[in-house]
Amino acid sequence: MRLKFPIFSAAVAVLSGLIVLFFYFFPPLGAFDWRATLLQWAASLTAVALLVGVLNLASVHLGKLNDEGANPLYSGVLLIALVVTFLLVLVMGPVSETGQWVFNYIQLPIETSLMAVLAVSLAYASARMLRRRPTVFTLLFIGTVLIVLLGYSPLATAQLPLISELLVSLQAWVAQVPALAGARGILLGVALGTIATGLRILMAADRPYGG
Amino acid sequence: MDLESITDLLGIFLVIVFFGLVVMFAILERGRKSRNLRRIDAFAQLRRAIGIAVEDGARLHVSLGRGDVTGLNSAATFVGLSILGRISRTASISDRPPVATSGDGAVAILTRDTMRGAYREVGAGSEYHPAVGRLTGVTPFSYAAGVIPIIRDEMVSGSVLIGHFGSEVALITDVVERSDGFSLAGTDSLPAQAILYATAQEPLIGEELYAGGAYLRAGRMHVASLRAQDVLRWLIVAAIVIGGLWKLVQGF
Repeated sequence: MRLKFPIFSAAVAVLSGLIVLFFYFFPPLGAFDWRATLLQWAASLTAVALLVGVLNLASVHLGKLNDEGANPLYSGVLLIALVVTFLLVLVMGPVSETGQWVFNYIQLPIETSLMAVLAVSLAYASARMLRRRPTVFTLLFIGTVLIVLLGYSPLATAQLPLISELLVSLQAWVAQVPALAGARGILLGVALGTIATGLRILMAADRPYGG
Repeated sequence: MDLESITDLLGIFLVIVFFGLVVMFAILERGRKSRNLRRIDAFAQLRRAIGIAVEDGARLHVSLGRGDVTGLNSAATFVGLSILGRISRTASISDRPPVATSGDGAVAILTRDTMRGAYREVGAGSEYHPAVGRLTGVTPFSYAAGVIPIIRDEMVSGSVLIGHFGSEVALITDVVERSDGFSLAGTDSLPAQAILYATAQEPLIGEELYAGGAYLRAGRMHVASLRAQDVLRWLIVAAIVIGGLWKLVQGF
């Protein structure tokens, strides 16, 4: 009889999950810590998985180099950067001056530039939201954003009579009362959802493994 | 008994009660045809988007974010994998099958595994190709930068972003918007939820993210766990109200 799901993978996953959960609440009395050992194994496997992921990334972009429909320029740049960085760090070591230079002068400025683009994207998205979803909640969202932004602006520290004080106290109230209450409510929902997802995996109802 | 022991006991108690409720609701759900779930527009729109993608021969993109499988944000990733499985089953018959991206090596492997399993289940195992599950970058912005060309160049008609994201998610939703695509997004991160509320067409707020499986008919355990969440939420609300009233009474 062919089973509907891989029983061996499910058994390993459920057993590992139960062991980690059990020893989270009841720390082991003996010398051998099952929970720490399993988590160490998971960390090692994750590192190997990263290497597999990088190989997958390289194979996808190699395929794009040969694909007539795709733009091969970006894939070429990615592959060259990948090979050069990999060789540099392999030969010189991850904490070497060269490795740090690649990170500080190539990776970091590019990511910072993308973060700068993000500010423009968000301002544009807020304006677009007013057109796409013109509801009371949208107005409330934009109003709250403006109050908090103005509370951090030079207007709030300019010692203008009444205005500065009003902006600072309004911003503090929004951040500490309604925003905090809402955030706690959402976090409670997220926590319950996290437990539900974990339990479904422990019960083998969700099996994101083994095909 | 110290505070840490009390918290531990409460944790065990909560897990056991949750487990009991899930089992109870799973038994009650057996044989029930209607699910009686409140309407969440985002999931209705997702079903529509899947249908349109299949008809038009376009591709759906599922982004699982940059969460891992061992950290605190893994639950959001697992929900994303569950939704990916459902989407792959439905959209595998499309001329252009769905493509999934992630920012963690282990998640990328699970992505491919989930998709391969879904293809096999619908008898389309030979259509599966490993390139449909991709790792695009391991830092927040490199992940986003790797996703952008996929949405722009690979005939993607809609993007489902379910998992752990940071503020970089705005770059992804911006590209979806520019390519006139559909976007549904949910995450466990509070700052990213605020960003998605402004930038995604169909944002999922709070626990709506974890309801995906129940709404996409991933099985009665998903509906059962959703009902268990509801019961516990009301218990927590009651505890908070009683605690507040107790403090108020003590003040007099």
